[in-house]
Amino acid sequence: MDFSYDDEQNALRDAVKGLVGKQYADWEKRRQTAAEDPGFDEKLWTQMAEMGLLGLPFSEDDGGVGAGPVEIGIVCRELGRVLAPEPYLGSVVYAGGLVAAVGTPEQRQEILGALSGGESVLAFAHDEPGHRWGPEAHDVTADGEGRLTGVKDGVLHGARADVLVVSAVLPDGGTGLFLVTDGGGERTGYSTPDGGRAARITFDSTPATPLGAAAADVTSSIATVQDITRIMAANQALGAMQTQLKATVDYLKSRKQFGVTLNTFQALNFRAADMYTSQELTHSLVDWATMVVAAGDPTKVADAAARVGLQVSRAGRHVGQEAIQLHGGIAMTAEYNVGTFTAHLTALDHLLGDAGHHLRTLDAQLTSYDAIDPLDVAATA
Amino acid sequence: MQLALSEEDQQFREEMRSYFTTKVSEEIRTTVAEGRELTREQIVQSMQELNAGGLAVPHWPEEWGGRGWSELKRHIWHEEMQAACVPVPLAFNASMIGPVIAQFGTDEQKQEFLPKTANLDIWWSQGFSEPDAGSDLASLRTTAVLDGDDWVVNGQKTWTTLGQYGDWIFTLVRTDPEVKKQAGISMLLIDMKSEGLEVRPIELIDGGHEVNEVWFTDVRVPAKNMVGEVNSGWTQAKFLLGNERVGVAPVGATKRVLARAKEVAAATIAEDPLFRARIVELENELLALELTALRVAAHSAGGEPHPASSVLKLKGTELQQAVSELVVDLGGPATLASGEGDATLAWYRRSTPTYLNLRKASIYGGSNEIQRQIISRGILGL
Repeated sequence: MDFSYDDEQNALRDAVKGLVGKQYADWEKRRQTAAEDPGFDEKLWTQMAEMGLLGLPFSEDDGGVGAGPVEIGIVCRELGRVLAPEPYLGSVVYAGGLVAAVGTPEQRQEILGALSGGESVLAFAHDEPGHRWGPEAHDVTADGEGRLTGVKDGVLHGARADVLVVSAVLPDGGTGLFLVTDGGGERTGYSTPDGGRAARITFDSTPATPLGAAAADVTSSIATVQDITRIMAANQALGAMQTQLKATVDYLKSRKQFGVTLNTFQALNFRAADMYTSQELTHSLVDWATMVVAAGDPTKVADAAARVGLQVSRAGRHVGQEAIQLHGGIAMTAEYNVGTFTAHLTALDHLLGDAGHHLRTLDAQLTSYDAIDPLDVAATA
Repeated sequence: MQLALSEEDQQFREEMRSYFTTKVSEEIRTTVAEGRELTREQIVQSMQELNAGGLAVPHWPEEWGGRGWSELKRHIWHEEMQAACVPVPLAFNASMIGPVIAQFGTDEQKQEFLPKTANLDIWWSQGFSEPDAGSDLASLRTTAVLDGDDWVVNGQKTWTTLGQYGDWIFTLVRTDPEVKKQAGISMLLIDMKSEGLEVRPIELIDGGHEVNEVWFTDVRVPAKNMVGEVNSGWTQAKFLLGNERVGVAPVGATKRVLARAKEVAAATIAEDPLFRARIVELENELLALELTALRVAAHSAGGEPHPASSVLKLKGTELQQAVSELVVDLGGPATLASGEGDATLAWYRRSTPTYLNLRKASIYGGSNEIQRQIISRGILGL
């Protein structure tokens, strides 16, 4: 058992930090990038491709690098640390993960090869108005000829995406996946509260190609990719929390009120200590869940995703809210970054399920075991 | 990063599990499982059963019974012990004075005390706190004045846990009132049968007798019973309190109580979604804490404690208290009764005293406010 990165993983972290951290060390630059279409830096996206980051999760046969979840987690954590707006989570981890899980060999090579090379952005069009989280499609339907009808909303980078992976109810029931290319669907792009990008997409007998050999019910594959994405989102959230705590500590040490620095006041220091406690407990669970993905059992990945989701939701709100309160009014401004980090934590919290959602999942299995053994997960590795 | 235990650690875990469940008296383990109070004899017996297998003081220097284990092995030992309902070795002996004597004691003190301390042939009590010296330990006022070959001790100690069972007491005494308060303190080992030493019980909110006052009136202590040099006691105290923070998060025991609650209160839990939600939250927080303990243990090879270790006492005691609170709430009116009943009712009847008793957990061993101070000042640099 080992919770530390090896030399190669440390080198990867340093490289990502060098590239992305440098780019967004200047908060004003991040704000400008997020404000202009497509909401991220295409040049940086290309550099990430050149560094091999976009192909990390995919096999070499599919044009990727064939790295593991720990490496993907490292990238997500570093992106979260600087609030990089590049669509890594939505495009590579989420939509790319589905293509890798369900696509035919030809589809995987073509789509994942282009994604890994930075030539193509993917988006998973799944959430629908009026429905909360889950792996199923509800009101978007596929007819027998693979034409899609219905509305998707909150599609991360849906306006910019070259390839849409779309979930839809199949004629015989169940949820299938389809590819929509060539700008298909009527797309309305907008900014999310954390300065990200998403879109509402309307399909009206829009032509689509089944992802995979046939339009089979792939609900369980979607569920597993969602679980992995939750765990990678948790890595991203942890990076954001680490930055917020550091910023808060620096602020308490430097900001003067009543003629003294704020860290003269024990009440404030104790609240920072509680933020640290939240952050460290989260760090442990995030590392654990990432290692559970590496072990590979989907049932255990689902359990770990719910557990890390619950923890990150609670801790993210705690750290995010306290970071603003301890900074005072300055954190309310867009010019200062702390508030936007809280907005990002809030967005991640609602992307794939908040604390209540995960609590219900865990509640359903509560009586099936007596106590949790976190090392038991490794037995299947 | 790798979640699986190495083959060696896995095998070690199984050895521990097997020893604890077969070599420690079943009656004692049942007493722990049912949350009943252990007698002095049971505590002595279980420590001796551990010592027979070399499992009572594994973190001591090897020549005195230590095992030279990694931090991870020590963690596994501690968790498996709690999971098997085996009482952990008496802290006053195993974690507190034993390591201090091994580190600072004379050869004569080591020969005299360490084997008996490991085997609980001597039951040690702790004489640190005083009525005006709790978290601010250096303010202590009990005096020791040299008279010939003896120190003459006068003063009062308090919160002496299980002092009624004690054979010897390790104390901090003021040997120089003129210098900075930390610099005038020494450590003395005192036979509790000495003339002038009196133990007076303090009744607690749970109705139990767990702590005591210890009064010293002209108690004569041979000079050879001082640990370390005169006025060096603060060094020994810091060493001891540093050890006390190791293994402070009773994750295994708290998990066990929560699992037992699910079993005992199955019917109540099945009917009440709010209880289920509380249990899910507690299980998740305990998981995060256990993983943090593992992270700290796996990372402690270099000797420097992992910063996250400060979280363990703080969060560990909060969760221990929260689980005891859940148990009282699950019992509801059944917790009002006292006396004997069937096993389930008896469990509930002990739940309020346990809940009340555990309020101490966030006070002792460096109060949780002191832990927050350590985190904010020592780790965050505030």
